[in-house]
Amino acid sequence: MAELRALVGVKRVIDYAVKIRVKPDKTGVVTDGVKHSMNPFCEIAVEEAVRLKEKKLVKEVIAVSCGPKQCQETLRTALAMGADRGIHVEVPESEAERLGPLQVSRVLTALAQKEKAGLVLLGKQAIDDDCNQTGQMTAAMLDWPQGTFASKLTLEGDKVTVEREIDGGLETIRLKLPAVVTADLRLNEPRYATLPNIMRRTTRQPGRWEATNPSLHRPPSVVLQPLPVQVYHCTYS
Amino acid sequence: MSCGGVLLLRAVGVGSHRALGALPQQRLAAGSLRRLLRTGPRRSAYVKDLFLGKIQKKDVFPYPEVTLDELNDMKQFVIPVEKFFNEEVDSQKIDRDGVIPQETLDRLKQLGLFGMLIPEEYGGLGLSHIMYARLGEICSQDGAIAVTLAAHQAIGLKGILLAGTEEQKAKYLPKLATGEYIAAFCLTEATSGSDAASIQTRATLSEDKKYYILNGSKIWITNGSLASIFTVFAKTEIIDSNGFKKDRITAFIVERNFGGVTNGKPENKLGIRGSDTCEVHFENTKVPVENVIGEVGDGFKIAMNVLNSGRFSMGSLVAGMIKKLIGKTAEYACTRKQFNRPLSEFGLIQEKFALLARKTYVMESMAYLTAGMMDSPGFPDCSVEAAMVKVFSSEAAWLCVSEALQIVGGLGYMKDYPYERYLRDSRILLIFEGTNEILRMYIAMTGLQYAGQVLKKKIRDLQKGNLSVAMEHVSAILRDSLNRKVSLGLTGRDGVVHPSVEESANRLEENVYYFGRVVEVLLRRFGKTIVEEQLAMKRMADIVINLYAMTAVLSRASRSVHLGLRNHDHEVLLTNIFCTEAYFKNLYNLSQLEKYPPENLDEYIKKAARLVLGNKSYTCTHPLERIF
Repeated sequence: MAELRALVGVKRVIDYAVKIRVKPDKTGVVTDGVKHSMNPFCEIAVEEAVRLKEKKLVKEVIAVSCGPKQCQETLRTALAMGADRGIHVEVPESEAERLGPLQVSRVLTALAQKEKAGLVLLGKQAIDDDCNQTGQMTAAMLDWPQGTFASKLTLEGDKVTVEREIDGGLETIRLKLPAVVTADLRLNEPRYATLPNIMRRTTRQPGRWEATNPSLHRPPSVVLQPLPVQVYHCTYS
Repeated sequence: MSCGGVLLLRAVGVGSHRALGALPQQRLAAGSLRRLLRTGPRRSAYVKDLFLGKIQKKDVFPYPEVTLDELNDMKQFVIPVEKFFNEEVDSQKIDRDGVIPQETLDRLKQLGLFGMLIPEEYGGLGLSHIMYARLGEICSQDGAIAVTLAAHQAIGLKGILLAGTEEQKAKYLPKLATGEYIAAFCLTEATSGSDAASIQTRATLSEDKKYYILNGSKIWITNGSLASIFTVFAKTEIIDSNGFKKDRITAFIVERNFGGVTNGKPENKLGIRGSDTCEVHFENTKVPVENVIGEVGDGFKIAMNVLNSGRFSMGSLVAGMIKKLIGKTAEYACTRKQFNRPLSEFGLIQEKFALLARKTYVMESMAYLTAGMMDSPGFPDCSVEAAMVKVFSSEAAWLCVSEALQIVGGLGYMKDYPYERYLRDSRILLIFEGTNEILRMYIAMTGLQYAGQVLKKKIRDLQKGNLSVAMEHVSAILRDSLNRKVSLGLTGRDGVVHPSVEESANRLEENVYYFGRVVEVLLRRFGKTIVEEQLAMKRMADIVINLYAMTAVLSRASRSVHLGLRNHDHEVLLTNIFCTEAYFKNLYNLSQLEKYPPENLDEYIKKAARLVLGNKSYTCTHPLERIF
């Protein structure tokens, strides 16, 4: 469908190769100065969305990330992989640790409705908390069908066929769009962003306008940054 | 070595101050990430004034910065390259098989790593020197790949970039940027290594004056069998300004399909075994006259400029490699227990890690300082600084890898672990891109020539009765005799260094001042024949390398403290350790330079060498030998 918009959620997590260390006061793990990167399953989701765009089945790929301002780096990676726009839902650093699947799925719900997305692609779980909840919660809040643990995705008309990897083996289901799909490992092999692509992506756009102070549950307002990334400011209430 | 000395002086005198033809200026956006092409004459950078005992603060303080946008872009570039090297490059296999797999080469081309230095309008990435150095840190994970990439862009096609015409650039650079064509740099021959001016390959102009016929053999050419574009240096006959026929070197762009280009077999090397090194033979190869780079007869200058501009990246390359090594080795040292304690608790092991950290810190600082200087407006001539970075990094690499292997002990000796491969790969660093011996002579001679000119002028002024010069001279002598502490502006009211490194800055100032005086003494003692005194020049080069290193770390540490970067107190610690060490080493060298025999061992060393070389063997009688 040439009109379809895909919303892809990406999460900034501690890199998979890093040796995790517990903080001395035992309140969490050391994140300061530690290498972070995009969640591998989110990479797979972005790759799938970009492939659909290349097949002309999706019109626009919008990458979303919730968290402190360092998330913009993750969004840039998504843009370099082929996403068209990025939305950064900014959460102050002090509250970022309390951000969980429930809050994120509320944000994704709001954004999916605002951006009129027809397909929400997420990674099946994040490698730092292994929650495996955001996709399912988002689908429930949107009241959309869900295809989780997708290892194969086919878009036909207004339906999407998802082959799922479940405990018993493989299950194939057909969903009517709009739908939420979460990506599993064997869905695809993410491409490397090549340096020429990264360069082409970092075009600068001028223009900002003021933000009012919203809450997480109400529709957020917009601050335009000089990148194709919109920033929404959020606080907990 | 006299003819080598004379030629180097010629290269230094002519090469470093003249532009290689006017090149169009690109966008001059402040802090532009993309590299600008050079234009106009270049001013000398920081080091030459060290030989006069002066510190040009504004050249090196504050430490070069990039804009936030550039930093973000840099981080973005680093992610896929790092990922590729971590996941898809099997260095052990490359080393064992002696070849880089075609898929890996293709991925490198796709990533865009073959066009890092080529400007954007020709299809490359047009990276600044700083960015190139940053990406070099990652590429050094595999020595063979690093060398292949460097041979292609840092030297292979650099000639076209620096001195090529628009037509040449438009014709060749786009395909070189994508990696469709690979480039190689052909200068060395069997009889001409360090003495580049003595090459025998000839290019004779054809009857119809449309072609040059190229004949000759080049050896040890990296990418020799992969490349389709060669930058070849050959002797051509020219008519000089007096009307005499002379032989001068000219640089040519030679395509493999010009015919007559053949390769020898791949060389069986100690290290960087994955890179392709072989002989390249040219037999009656027809090269169109349009393919001459620069002017006919300008080849030597172009060669020197190409080599000079690529050297600085070795600092960051090596720093990247050692950083990885520190991580792996520290992991080992903290887990391995002997005598019921982890190795990390023993002083000798701790000393080694401090050495690794220190050397890495210095290398990084020097490399990025030099890259920043090269990127700064006006494009100063940083060939001496780049040479110093190369000498320091290559020797530090050899030492650090050896120490890391020592920490790991027997495991390091086994081929199953990467340490022995790093050791073998890093040995070439001291040899190629200008052997460290030649570079030391270059550093010393460039500085001495500059100092000599200034001092000659001062003496002339003195003789003419210039009062201010005379007063300066007298006050300097007085100051030396009173032994007052000298201040060259680094500390104090207009100081540029942070107070926490003030003592190290004072040491640097003391060294620099003393060095300036010693240079004057030596120039007066030897005059022009100083070029023959290699042992003295080696000491001078060692001193000035240390001085530059001290400057780099002081500049970087001051900036880190001012900004409050993470672990800046660790940086200050490393700075102070290094500066103290370097200060005392410099004092020793300076005192040796001032002295005459017998305190100065140079004459005795030469005498001992003469005997050994005369007999072409060890000349002492066996200890067990008897006469009666």
